[in-house]
Amino acid sequence: MARRSNENSSTLIQYRALQDQAILRMFILPTIILLIVINIFPLFYSLILSFSNFTAKFPLVWGKNPRFLGIENYIRLVNDPDIWHRFITTAKYVVLSVGGEMILGFAFALLLQIKFKGREVITTLLVLPMTMSPVIVGLMWKLFYDPNWGMFNYLLGLGKIDWATDLKYNLYASAIADIWMWTPFVMLLALAGLGAVPQYLYEAAEVDRASWWYKFSRITLPMVWPLLLIALIFRTMEAFKVFDVTMGISGRGASAPALLSISLYDTAFVTWKTGIGSALGYIVLIIIIAITNIFVKYLNKAKQ
Amino acid sequence: MASVNKRRVSVWRIIVIILICIITFVYLVPLLFVIDTSFKPWNTIKDWPPKIIFKPTIAPYVRIFTARTVYPPNDKPTAEEIAKMKWYERLTYKESGEQIVRIGDLPRRYLNSLIITLASVALTIIMATFAAYGFSRFKIRGKDDLMFFILSTRMLPPVIVLIPVFLMFRKLALTDTHIGLILLYTAFNLSFAVWVLKGFIDEIPIEYEEAAMVDGYTRFQVFRKIVVPQAMTGIAATAVFCFIFAWNEYAFAFILTKTIAQTVPAWLPYQMGVLGYDWGAAAAGSVLFIIPALIFTVLLRKNLVRGITFGAIRK
Repeated sequence: MARRSNENSSTLIQYRALQDQAILRMFILPTIILLIVINIFPLFYSLILSFSNFTAKFPLVWGKNPRFLGIENYIRLVNDPDIWHRFITTAKYVVLSVGGEMILGFAFALLLQIKFKGREVITTLLVLPMTMSPVIVGLMWKLFYDPNWGMFNYLLGLGKIDWATDLKYNLYASAIADIWMWTPFVMLLALAGLGAVPQYLYEAAEVDRASWWYKFSRITLPMVWPLLLIALIFRTMEAFKVFDVTMGISGRGASAPALLSISLYDTAFVTWKTGIGSALGYIVLIIIIAITNIFVKYLNKAKQ
Repeated sequence: MASVNKRRVSVWRIIVIILICIITFVYLVPLLFVIDTSFKPWNTIKDWPPKIIFKPTIAPYVRIFTARTVYPPNDKPTAEEIAKMKWYERLTYKESGEQIVRIGDLPRRYLNSLIITLASVALTIIMATFAAYGFSRFKIRGKDDLMFFILSTRMLPPVIVLIPVFLMFRKLALTDTHIGLILLYTAFNLSFAVWVLKGFIDEIPIEYEEAAMVDGYTRFQVFRKIVVPQAMTGIAATAVFCFIFAWNEYAFAFILTKTIAQTVPAWLPYQMGVLGYDWGAAAAGSVLFIIPALIFTVLLRKNLVRGITFGAIRK
């Protein structure tokens, strides 16, 4: 845009253009520097750590003198059946929670298509869980799930199921809380998509006496699909990293569901195998990038 | 025929609206249960089936604000001593038979949360508004790549960054300090804030600025007197979003703070009281903690979609 003012080539403005470069640097450099120091540098630091047997524990024990191991950590992780088990559990968690969020969120958005007084109040109320702290949401659900005096089992007539700590159920406990928290997110995006569908398409379909299903599958769904995919991408990435909600409900250790993120925390900050922890972190990062890429490809196809 | 159709449509409408209200209520039951629990008297919390209607008490709030000990069985206060107690001391004694020793840890954690969140939001907004203006108005080589770079820092799983940040903080003695978390939250909110603010600034017509510069305003004056006032709504919305992110953050606070700079999310889940699980106090703490976020959500409702998609969707 500075270019446009240059076109009135007066000396004053040329002087200003020069000054602009200095101002520009002043404006954006602090941001870039902080991001490099706190995000990019750690990223590379982590990569280097992942090739070593470094431990962050005081006094240093594991692997005594940190040394370069090459890809040994990665090989060890890939051959570890426990990691595979955790990977499958995490995938199950992602499918359950994101699937639930997509279905419920889209259903809510469809219901909220009706215009009525108080619609905005209802939308705002439904959105509330989304902006709460995930760990506090976990804590709240832990209260709600409690087998002895919580309301969850009582309302559903389920008897005394210990959702938070029973290994058979704790994954579902986290998934349900996750669904509760993030359904509004999908709902908001779906509502934005539904609001953008041009009304004349429905009117034309009306003239042709199209059925409800025809309108839904040929107009509504294709128009909202890109936004639903965006919601899917965001939620899958987040669900893969889930940590807070589970920590709030089950904590870590014996009662926690076998999720990758919990194991990541344990490896890095409980057993202090920093090198292996970093390697595991990188594996998770690569998986997330891969999944996101697949979705983004679909998204680009859907947009055409 | 037409009127029958119309009547049928309106009956359906009413049914769906009622259905929506019921769903909304059911959906909020977990939240309502926690609010309900935070007012429950000590002896009804553990009732089965759970009581929904009871005489509410604020004793759980007193408990979350205080540190207490149990009276030894042979040293119960006399009637005279009870009469001399302050109202909250009497309330706690009657509720759970405990003696208030001192003010609890909550006020300090809450203050930490406030200081860290507000300082990081202020820092984020100042830096991001400058950067967003730069990206919006200047010709920059490789601008798209830079913007993408900024966005990508947000997509990293925090755990990957957490290990090296933990080591860096330890080396720089930033562990368990306010300034450490403030810098960290600023860095994490910056990418988001730059993207959303750039969207808001892009929407401001450039003509005003050009006119002002012809009149002899410097860039900086243009920025301060024209751009910032016009972008104020956007800046406020972005600030509220950053507030919510920083306020709610758990993983970094949990690992990088112990006591001095510990925030509420890193502390509250581990406070269950001395008499086994004190659900009332935990619920009271949760309610106190989520109130700011809830208020801000209501204020934000028009800009929510824009915020959660990093400004990609401008409804």
